[in-house]
Amino acid sequence: MTTSPIHRAAQSTPDGVARKIRGLSDRAIAWIFVAPTIFLLLAVNIFPLIWTIRLSFTNFRVNRPNNDVEWVGLRNYKRILSDPDIWNTMQATAHFLLWTIALQVLIGFFLAFLINKKFKGNDLWTTIIVFPMMLSPAVVGNFWTFLYQPQIGLFNYVVAFFTGADPASFSMIGDVHLAPWAIIIADTWMWTPFVMLICLAGLRSIPDSIYEAAECDRASKWRQFWTITIPMALPFLMLAVLFRGIENFKMFDLVVQLTGGGPGNTTTLTSIDLKREAFEKWRTGYSSAYAVILFVTVFGLASIYVKALNKVKER
Amino acid sequence: MTKFINGLMRLRRGPWEMLASLLIALGVIMLMQPFALGLYSYSFIVTLVGTVMFVIVSHFPE
Repeated sequence: MTTSPIHRAAQSTPDGVARKIRGLSDRAIAWIFVAPTIFLLLAVNIFPLIWTIRLSFTNFRVNRPNNDVEWVGLRNYKRILSDPDIWNTMQATAHFLLWTIALQVLIGFFLAFLINKKFKGNDLWTTIIVFPMMLSPAVVGNFWTFLYQPQIGLFNYVVAFFTGADPASFSMIGDVHLAPWAIIIADTWMWTPFVMLICLAGLRSIPDSIYEAAECDRASKWRQFWTITIPMALPFLMLAVLFRGIENFKMFDLVVQLTGGGPGNTTTLTSIDLKREAFEKWRTGYSSAYAVILFVTVFGLASIYVKALNKVKER
Repeated sequence: MTKFINGLMRLRRGPWEMLASLLIALGVIMLMQPFALGLYSYSFIVTLVGTVMFVIVSHFPE
């Protein structure tokens, strides 16, 4: 007689329960297994979303839970969409997004292209390049704050070395024109390795036989790059842009640690502004409307991007 | 162009998705452009219409 744990568990199931289970269809049993996950998803993702949308039409303040909650209709949306400060925040976010994605994709792809060549110490260099990505954003923020110090920061001395300017004559995080670039440089330093890894996966997925066939046809290296490497690595590049775009749209920790949104509001990104409205000014209804606007924007962009990605993959 | 309009009239997915994508892109550009506050004010409604349209038309036949 078999005495495996599965058999013992089956034998210990009460007869009534066993009969009920035997009577269920495969579809019903599948639903029983999937139901906890669906319930969890509804509780963790869908319910908060619906609740946020509901709150966005009210004047609810979470620090005054006993106050009457008034239905204010579209007032929160109207205020947000006519506020020049939030408009400036959107522009700061757009500037940050465009430059970080452009720099990370260009540098990441270039590094992946180099690392993909077989040379001695390849693995060591990959580990060294990937190192910034492993650090916590708080650590990177602190680290770059020191690097950007006008008196003692290494960054200013490197710039001074190449340009001949006085290292103490400029402050990357204190100047309204330089601070947006300070956060772009730090984010690019931290996340370019991530883009590089994705591009490297794309480059390594291209079979050598295609390059060999191109060699037989006497295609130049330049031609091979534009007609084989780029088109075949394009889905991976697009995936990297999607990941970095969504991540940078909600960038918070690194920028807070580095500049705190200043000087003035020049580096206040939408997520920082949203956090201030929600947890410093405690305008929960207003910040819910703000969150809904950002959600719709990211959702819409991600939808068309995923469609484009599928088209590229089908080619 | 005629093919595009015909596709719209016959409720085909391709042209409608294209239209929805254009609306979303236009809305996002309006949201983040630095030129006119008026455009910024209407950006959300454009993006929202585009996004909802995209969700609906992605169930249309090819």
